[in-house]
Amino acid sequence: MNIVVCVKQVPDTESPRKLKSDDNTLDRAAADGVINELDEYAIEEALALKEAHGGEVTVLTIGPDKATESIRKALAMGADKAIHLVDDAFVGSDALQTSYALQQLVTRAGADVVILGSESTDARTGVLPAMLSERLGWPQLTLANKVEIAGTAVTIQRQTDTGFDKVEASLPAVISVVEKINEPRYPNFKGIMAAKKKPVESLSIADAGLDAALVGGANAYTTVVDHADAPARAKGEIVSDEGDGGVKIADFLASKKFV
Amino acid sequence: MAEILVLVDHADGEVKKVTFELLTLARSLGEASAVWIGPGYEAAADKIAEYGPAKVYVADDAELTGYVVAPKVETLQQLAANGAAAILVPATAEGKEIAGRLAVRLDSGVLTDVVGVTGELVAEHSIFGGAVIAHAKVAKGTPIIAVRPNAIALAAAPGSPAVEQVSVALSDAAKAAKITDRVVQEKGERPDLTEASVVVSGGRGVGGAENFKIIEGLADTLGAAVGASRAATDAGWYPHQFQVGQTGKTVSPQLYIAAGISGAIQHRAGMQTSKTIIAINKDPEAPIFELVDYGVVGDLFQVVPQLTEEITKRK
Repeated sequence: MNIVVCVKQVPDTESPRKLKSDDNTLDRAAADGVINELDEYAIEEALALKEAHGGEVTVLTIGPDKATESIRKALAMGADKAIHLVDDAFVGSDALQTSYALQQLVTRAGADVVILGSESTDARTGVLPAMLSERLGWPQLTLANKVEIAGTAVTIQRQTDTGFDKVEASLPAVISVVEKINEPRYPNFKGIMAAKKKPVESLSIADAGLDAALVGGANAYTTVVDHADAPARAKGEIVSDEGDGGVKIADFLASKKFV
Repeated sequence: MAEILVLVDHADGEVKKVTFELLTLARSLGEASAVWIGPGYEAAADKIAEYGPAKVYVADDAELTGYVVAPKVETLQQLAANGAAAILVPATAEGKEIAGRLAVRLDSGVLTDVVGVTGELVAEHSIFGGAVIAHAKVAKGTPIIAVRPNAIALAAAPGSPAVEQVSVALSDAAKAAKITDRVVQEKGERPDLTEASVVVSGGRGVGGAENFKIIEGLADTLGAAVGASRAATDAGWYPHQFQVGQTGKTVSPQLYIAAGISGAIQHRAGMQTSKTIIAINKDPEAPIFELVDYGVVGDLFQVVPQLTEEITKRK
């Protein structure tokens, strides 16, 4: 089974995240890059499927040179190879354009199943897995907290606010996973050494056969008009509990008409 | 006036509050048309009419809710062909998936996690966990806008909408992911986490699954939803779907009470746009206190039960 995992490098939540003042795009240089946390669950699920069913795991990444760090980590966890679309002309592409590029790259990689994290911790749009499913014309098996494959039949538990839906489809399919589906493994020393020798195909927009008129900020479907820091919250009152902390909060709530 | 399509969010016959927020917003942008997909419209009709749509499209074939997302996308696509000026959906996990697929179908831009929209269809986003406000607009096609629950102030405008039955011939592709069972694990009387006007959350300081009763007790006196930090859901003390934070739900209630939560960035990203924030924590250095309107440094096992009792007394 050929399994493709889409991996995004995102700014570390712990470091300051900001948009650039000139073009309103994410300032990727300002923050440390890490693998999008939810993608680690996707990588783990891909590796587990490979261990159960055989095949190969290919990592797909779109991003600057720096994203190589995240690719190496995914390879160190156990993925077999990677495709990295790296091209300055891609900067500023929105989710819709990204889904077009991923569709082309998935087709190039020749996948039976594509696995993604349910959203990224930077943009948090949560739209990409559904868009990719639409573009590929493959069943949308998203928000999975459990995945089972038998032959070409796939069953997932799709997480809902009140529990889960059981969903059935046939391969090829697009799967997105939520946190808690598994426990992502840590790369061990052997994995880290092996990762250095695994093939990473680095492609430009032209190499990947993408239509340059469909990607990049100038061709985006959405435009950020402006941005500013949200106003800081006014400093509140903090008291120590002297046996009447609960009463004091009740007083505060009453003063704000909550009770 | 230009037609603004609003996807009605409903489950088990109950219309979600975000629907009324979307209808309120749609009326400020043009002529609101509600889109009901699935069975059960009759029971909800009066409630929807209160928020003033000029029209309601009813697509009630049971087949439309038997597959993941795609049938709803095809229904909206069919209705958008009449020339809608914008399509509003709730920024829930499924709402955003619908928005995404529809954007591909209509070759149109999509904006998610929107907290406000002006008449010129410029959308306001609260990003990076509320640290930055950005304005954006759709440059191509019919704007598809996913609006966050609790972001728009409700305004009723009772009316008598025209009801139009819609039938949709689903493509084979739309039937590729079949829902074979719906399993309900957590169903209670409490409001939905993302829609609640008051949320009470517990974290590491709660110390165990059993102790969440204290959090639930306070929540119930306030008619609040219960949330949990990642530390609490990771430890298995509270179900994952109640996690508030960067990898969980984003909430923006009128009142947020955090008990035993230190306020790591992971958590703050999911709650710092709440209107009023109260925290109870043993550690005076806990970062959550940077956000609060009122904070008590103390033992939640003393403070929370006392607060619950006090509120009950004053009711």
